[in-house]
Amino acid sequence: MLTALAVVRAQSLFATAMLSGAFSLLSALLFVTLDAVDVAFTEAAVGAGISTVLMLGTLALTARFERPATHSPVIPLFVVFVTGAALIYGTLDMPNFGDPNAPAQVHLAPDFIQNSPHEIDVPNIVTAILASYRGFDTLGEVAVVFTAGVGVLLLLSGLRHRRRRQGKEDS
Amino acid sequence: MVKEFGLDWTFVIGHLNYWLFIILMMTGLYIVVAKGNLVKKIVGLNIFQTAVFMLYISVGKVKGGTAPIFPVDMNIDPDVLYSNPLPHVLILTAIVVGVATTSLGLALAVRIREEYGTIEEDSIQKIDRDTCLQDANLHSEVASEPR
Repeated sequence: MLTALAVVRAQSLFATAMLSGAFSLLSALLFVTLDAVDVAFTEAAVGAGISTVLMLGTLALTARFERPATHSPVIPLFVVFVTGAALIYGTLDMPNFGDPNAPAQVHLAPDFIQNSPHEIDVPNIVTAILASYRGFDTLGEVAVVFTAGVGVLLLLSGLRHRRRRQGKEDS
Repeated sequence: MVKEFGLDWTFVIGHLNYWLFIILMMTGLYIVVAKGNLVKKIVGLNIFQTAVFMLYISVGKVKGGTAPIFPVDMNIDPDVLYSNPLPHVLILTAIVVGVATTSLGLALAVRIREEYGTIEEDSIQKIDRDTCLQDANLHSEVASEPR
């Protein structure tokens, strides 16, 4: 939470990248306390690791500092407060934290927990659901990642070539 | 029914987690809307995204529950309470997709920097406006030339 607020203030983009890495690591710790160890794994590896590396790579290719804002932050603040108030109003109907009788807990989850030992025989229920019950979902995810990879390659493929050509024109 | 704005402490404590995540979400949204730097906007988007993940995971938590992993010998004790594994699966997928979008956004930022020489939103807008004006002038000159 504090790291997020620091990100708002920091002018140096390098500091921003580092703070977002720290934020991911802290959120991974939170996931462990909320029993989601697999998610914590992924968040620590992907959020704190790969994202930070990507950020640093981008910073190396672009600018290190951001310019201070030129227009006033009143309208964004207003928008943010209205949205936040609406969302908090929406949570008033939600079940209490950790309630075992909440609607999210009583329909699908007991089925998965009871049946996956016989049907899939994998100790980790999350793995069983990810790879088997929701296998098509994971296939779609792989497709998304592949598309993103192709997109990044297409966007950046000419970079070195164009740089070299520019260097020749300059000299 | 619970008193929503009174001093019903079980209600307040039970919903505090949602409210904290919403504040975090709004911090991310503020960065996206108010900051002009494209890389910073992507960081804000990441914060927003992580807040949504936290919201989902906290919905799946069961009080007194443990991580949804059976013992390795598969001797399952029926008394053990497990947290809901379904949100975990969904969020695992979402994290990976989130990184894919982040990398695509950063690649776009690099490309924009290459083309415009800046990643600040207002300078990009200014350059765009200038090019448009030049274009318009050029075309009006061409149109007004005598045949």
